[in-house]
This record gives sequence, C-alpha cells and structure tokens, in this order.
Amino acid sequence: MHNLLSVKNLKIEATSYPPGAPPRRVTLVDNVSFDLAKGKVLGLIGESGAGKSTIGLSALAYGRGGAEITGGQVLLDGTDILPLGKSGIRKIRGARVCYVAQSAAAAFNPAHKLGNQVIEATVMHGLMSREEARKRALYLFQVLGLPNPETFGDRFPHQVSGGQLQRAMTAMALCSNPELIIFDEPTTALDVTTQIDVLAAIKHAIEATGTAALYITHDLAVVAQISDDIMVLRHGKMVEYGAVQQIIEAPREDYTRALVNVRQTAREEAPDQTNTLLKVEHVSAQYSNGFKVLHDVSLHLPKGQTLAIVGESGSGKSTLARVVTGLLPHTEGRVVFDGKEMTPSLNKRSRDDLRRIQLIYQMADTAMNPRQTVRDIIGRPLTFYDGLRGAAKTARVKELLDQIEMGSGFVDRYPAELSGGQKQRVAIARALAAKPELILCDEPTSALDPLVAEGILKLLLRLQEEEQLSYVFITHDIGIVRAIADSVAVMHRGNLVRFGPKSKVLAPPFDDYTDLLLKSVPEMEIGWLEKVLATRKMASADN
Amino acid sequence: MRLRSIPLSAWIGILGIAIAIFAAIFADFIAPYGEGEIVGDIWLPMGGDFLLGTDNLGRDLLSRLIFGARTTISVALAASILCFSLGMILSFTAAVTGGVVDQVLSRLNDLMMSVPALILALVILAVLPQNIFILITVMAVIDSTRVYRLGRAVALDVAVMEFVEAAKLRGEGKIWIIFREILPNTLSPLLAEFGLRFAFSILFLSTLSFLGLGIQPPAADWGGMVKDNKDGIIFGISAALVPGGAIAALAVCVNLVVDWLLKRTSSLKGGRGDA
Repeated sequence: MHNLLSVKNLKIEATSYPPGAPPRRVTLVDNVSFDLAKGKVLGLIGESGAGKSTIGLSALAYGRGGAEITGGQVLLDGTDILPLGKSGIRKIRGARVCYVAQSAAAAFNPAHKLGNQVIEATVMHGLMSREEARKRALYLFQVLGLPNPETFGDRFPHQVSGGQLQRAMTAMALCSNPELIIFDEPTTALDVTTQIDVLAAIKHAIEATGTAALYITHDLAVVAQISDDIMVLRHGKMVEYGAVQQIIEAPREDYTRALVNVRQTAREEAPDQTNTLLKVEHVSAQYSNGFKVLHDVSLHLPKGQTLAIVGESGSGKSTLARVVTGLLPHTEGRVVFDGKEMTPSLNKRSRDDLRRIQLIYQMADTAMNPRQTVRDIIGRPLTFYDGLRGAAKTARVKELLDQIEMGSGFVDRYPAELSGGQKQRVAIARALAAKPELILCDEPTSALDPLVAEGILKLLLRLQEEEQLSYVFITHDIGIVRAIADSVAVMHRGNLVRFGPKSKVLAPPFDDYTDLLLKSVPEMEIGWLEKVLATRKMASADN
Repeated sequence: MRLRSIPLSAWIGILGIAIAIFAAIFADFIAPYGEGEIVGDIWLPMGGDFLLGTDNLGRDLLSRLIFGARTTISVALAASILCFSLGMILSFTAAVTGGVVDQVLSRLNDLMMSVPALILALVILAVLPQNIFILITVMAVIDSTRVYRLGRAVALDVAVMEFVEAAKLRGEGKIWIIFREILPNTLSPLLAEFGLRFAFSILFLSTLSFLGLGIQPPAADWGGMVKDNKDGIIFGISAALVPGGAIAALAVCVNLVVDWLLKRTSSLKGGRGDA
C-alpha cells in the first residue's frame, strides 16, 4: 500500500532555560513512527503534554515555541520534507498539507471577511484563480452544511457562531485540495450539540474530497467516530498504535484501557429528596445593560446531595451559580438557603452566609492569585472566617492538603508550579477551608484531561460523604451527570427546560432539547455518529 | 533570597545608589569644603586642591556635588514615593470601586493632565510659599496623574480576574483586595514606571531649580549646578558636565536595580524555576 505520510523515528526536542541553571534539553517526542495512506484518517490521542500537537505540526515541518525536530524523517509522498528549507516547505504548507487549529475564534483574523481568508492560501500559492477559489469555497461551504453558503463568505468572524467558524476553518484547509489535513482538536472548544454537527461535516468532507487526515484529540469517543487508525501517546512516547476496532474493543496496554474505561465513578441517586438546603424560586436575572439571562428559574437541592445543571454554553447555567452566590443580583424571585432568604447582592450578605456557600471555578489558573503560595491561598479563608493564625493555621492547611490527597510538601509552591489537576485540588481545598455547606462547582473538570478529571470527581464524591457537603455541579458533560448527580436541571437559553430526580430527567419521554442534548454526547462505540445522524434524518423526514 | 542570585548589573546599581546615599548622609564629614564656601578662583580646572575644580562663583565642585546629592536624592525620592502612593491608591480605588467614583477621579485626572506639567507647577509654586515640603508635594501631585493613568489601566486588567472575584465572594474588604490581590500582580509595570519617574523627578527638580522655583541658592542641587555652570561650556569648561553626569549615573543605577526587581516580580514562581 502506498503511504501518503510516513513518519519515521521522529524525535523533537526543545531547550528550556531555568534561570541560574544551565539550559536543559527536553525531549518532547521520542521515537514515534506511523504511516498514513491516502484518504485515511489517523487519530492521535493522549493527555495534554503528550506531544500530539507537536507531532501533528511536524507534518508541516514546523516546531512551535522553540521545539526543534532533531531526528527522524517525515516523508510526504516519499520525499523527506524536513531538509527542504524555508522556501521548499512553504510550497507544501497551505497547499499540500493544511492545518485546522483548535480555537478557530483565535485563528481567524477578525478584521477580514471569512471568504477572503478561506481562499487566501490557495490563491497565494497560485493553485487557482480568485474566481475558481471562490467557487471551490462555495462548494465547500455547501458540503460542510453552512447556512446561506452564497453569502457566508461575506461575513466577518465575529458574525458567525463558534461551530460555524470551526467549519469555515475546515473549509479553509480543504480549499487548496490538500493531500493531508491536520485537525488539532477541532471540536474540543465546542458544545456537544455543535460538536456533532462539526464532526459530521468534517467526516463528510473528508470522504467527499478523499484527503487524508491526522486527527488530534483527547477524547477517545470522538476519535472513534472519525478515524481508521488510532495512536495513543503519553509523555511524547507511543503507547499503542492500531486499528480503531482493536484499540476500542481490545486495548493491549494498561494506559489505553484506562482511557477506554475512564468513567467508572457511578452513584445511585439518593432516594429521599426532601430536607431542602437551597431553594431557587422564580428567579430572573439580567445584566446591567438590560439583557435578560435567566427567565423564571425554580429548582431546589436537598442537603448532602448533588444537583447537576446541564446545558450548552450560553444556556445560563453559570449565571445561575453567580445568582446564588450574589455576584449577579437577581431581579425577580427568591433564593432561599437553609430556610433563610438571601439578599440578591453579595455586599449585603453576612460573612457567615458567604462562608456557607463556596464556588469552584472552571479555570483554576485564573481563580487563584498567582502571587500567593498554596499556604496563603488555602490559609486565607481560615484566617478570615475562623481567625486561625500561626501554628494552628499551618496545621489546618496541612490537614486540608492531606484531604485533597496532595500532602504538605506543596505548601510553599506557587500556582504556576502545580499541574492543572493539582491547581483544581488546591481550589477545592480553598473552598473546603471555609467549612461550607454548599459548593457550587462551575465545570471544575472540563479543562482537565479525562483521567485527571476522573480523579477530581472521585475526590469531590469522597468529600461529600465525609463532610456532608451539597453540590451544585454545572457541566455540559452528560457522562458526569450520570455519574454523580442526584437531581438534574437542564437549561437552554436562560430557561429551565427540565428538572427533577436523575432517574426521571434522564429517562424518556424526553422533550426535544433534552433529547438532542443526550443524543449528541459521543459514545465510545464505532459507528455511533452514523447511527445518530440516521435517526436525525429520519426524524426530519417525518416532519 | 540568596545574594549570589543577584546579577552583576544589579550589584553595579546597588553600589552606585549606596555611594550616593552615603555621600548624602555623611556630607558634613566627607565634603572637603563647605556647601556655599567660596574657596578659590572661578572655574578652576580639575586637580590640585580641588579634585573636580571650582564652579562659577569659585566654590568647590566636589563639595557641592556631595551636598547636592543630599537635596537632590531626598527631594526626588520623596516626591517619587509620594507620587506613587497617591497615584496608586487613587487609581486602584477607582479600578476596584468603578462607577461614579471611577468617573469622578478619572475626569479630575484628565483635567490635571490637560494643563502642561511645568506651567501648572510654576503657577502653583509662584503662589505658595517657598518651602521644600511644598515643593515635594507639588511635584508629587503633578506626577501622580501619570501614575494614576498607568495604575488604573493595569489594575483594571487584574480586577476582572476570577481570583479577585473569589476574594469578593469571600467577603474581603477593599483594602485587602487592593493590597493583597491586585498590587502584587501589578508590581512589575509599576516598578518599571518607578525607575523612570525617579529619573524624571530629578530632571523636573532641575528644571524648577533652573527657573528659580526649585531648590533656593545657596543650597546645592545637581540640576541647579548644571544651570550655574552652563555658561562655562561655551569656554570649554566642563564644570556643568560633572553634576550632569552624576544625574545620569544615578538614574542608570536606579534603573539597573529596578530591572532586576522587575525580573523577580514578574516571575510567577517566586523567583525560582523558569519564568
């Protein structure tokens, strides 16, 4: 079989410069080899730092952020592209090999119309005239299912949605009729309901144009839908490489098995859902510019249980958490906590009321002051609420660090010296330090790798048992909801669509939106995408 | 902090500042002659009894340089510190509070900035009594408008971060938020500005002295000494260059130290590990 792309013993290194110490060589990718035939899709999968993007970019002979390709070969159609030099490689980039970035919103120039950006590389390479390129773009917009393909190119990036932008980026990559496209996590930043459309569009476009692709992602369920082969990477080394079928159904390595069976946490819902701790009654809220973000939302959470709020971005789920904390005062309705009505605005709440409700943010990076050590971060609530100082405070900080399974060796570290999962654990410890009764978790695991996220979920569940905590858990991941929730609220555009115990909300009969949401969650099953799309088509044919 | 981790450039800066401060403190003991004492002919060349020569009235240049260090450094430093305290507290309050407070403070600041600094200083100093404290205050208030602008811009960036929100959620007061959450994260640009402002303060003081509204004769200050001796340059006499060089050297030294502090404060790992 003729291989379009053949990577042999690839080695990529970078130099790091720790101050006060001599520069150090770091190996990012070590001895990775794979082959990709024409028209096939290879999925590269692994957690962050596994070197998947770095490998993907090597097919463009590009090293990001000081990374250098120091060994091996990258053969494109039999020619090694690494020694080609700047002008040689320029003929390949954007013409024969194209790249689709993770964040289309950041990758498009906001000052130019989409149409011009989509055809820019193709025209620049002289592959087509401007007119031909426009026709090709129009065809691709149709293939990718973009609305109003004739006028789509006249819009600016901010005028279209995230999912459409990602498809426009795919159109840009496909425009020059490349032999190979590198998709670098193209759907990671999208909602599940959007992700499925983009996935279907990408899959259809690949099949229609016969191009080969490298598909980089951390989500095994996604890659199972789109790839022919899968390579599992960890710490820059290959863990396992094989056909999709084999990886999903009969993984050989322990790490792959862990990835496949990542969601093991599961909990039955609590039978008794009385004894209400938090009650939200007919709450509406709006931004200061008068934009209404919540419409008449009512729900409640029993003591010691978990309420999951699901919905896509913009559905108002985080806003609801902000209303409960008082960061965004509600304009109508009541928020009742432990039988006591909370004032809408945070400034008027007593210190004890503030202590009892804590919030954990999605991005632990920005939620902690980068200039404070772990001791300061966790210790401040202890001093602030309980007046702990000196040895008593240090002892309690260590106790909390043990509780989040990190140990006292971390007390003097700064957030920048922690990994993503450790940061989120410290954020949890900070919330715990206040001895709260309710913790609002705003997508605490969505920025983390699956295995790390699983660890955080387990920690949260254990803490709930130990401390009798109640959680409001905001997420867009139905899998997490199934695993940890007692009751579920589904939100859509600021409205509460569905609310009740987990067993009722996640069981038919569904309303249209919940149905769509549930069906959009990728499952680790080959052929899932086709199945969902087929049922959708049938549904639309019925209408 | 280990002394060995301080780079050579910072050591040079520290040394320069130490010499200047030493001279300022012990001026009475180390200066060979008095501050206003006329000891010889005018504009004597360097060497002999007078290490750096004499000035336009026949005073010893070295002695005046040493005494001048006292006034120049103390006035410029006091003005810079006051100016920063004022500018930062006001700008951070505006950024954290927002709303009407922010609007009022910012517009007042714009109003002050719309009048050229030198003219504003001249008018105010001409009206108020000639007094070193008033001089420092006027310099500080006028310069603080620039600090306010910078401070508000950097503080606004930090004030919208989630950790500030988390602090508000905890119920922290404004003082804590300003000094513990925002200030440490804005220190880098502010320190850089401080180095620059200090140099500008020396120059501003020199300008005022030159116009007769700064340090009053016979007290020595470096800017005033440049003015006194500027006519000598036409005759090839280098007396004006000596205090000029001293101003430049001090400004460079301050900035060398600030650069090093900047590297330390911009590190998110407390100055260890790579940043």
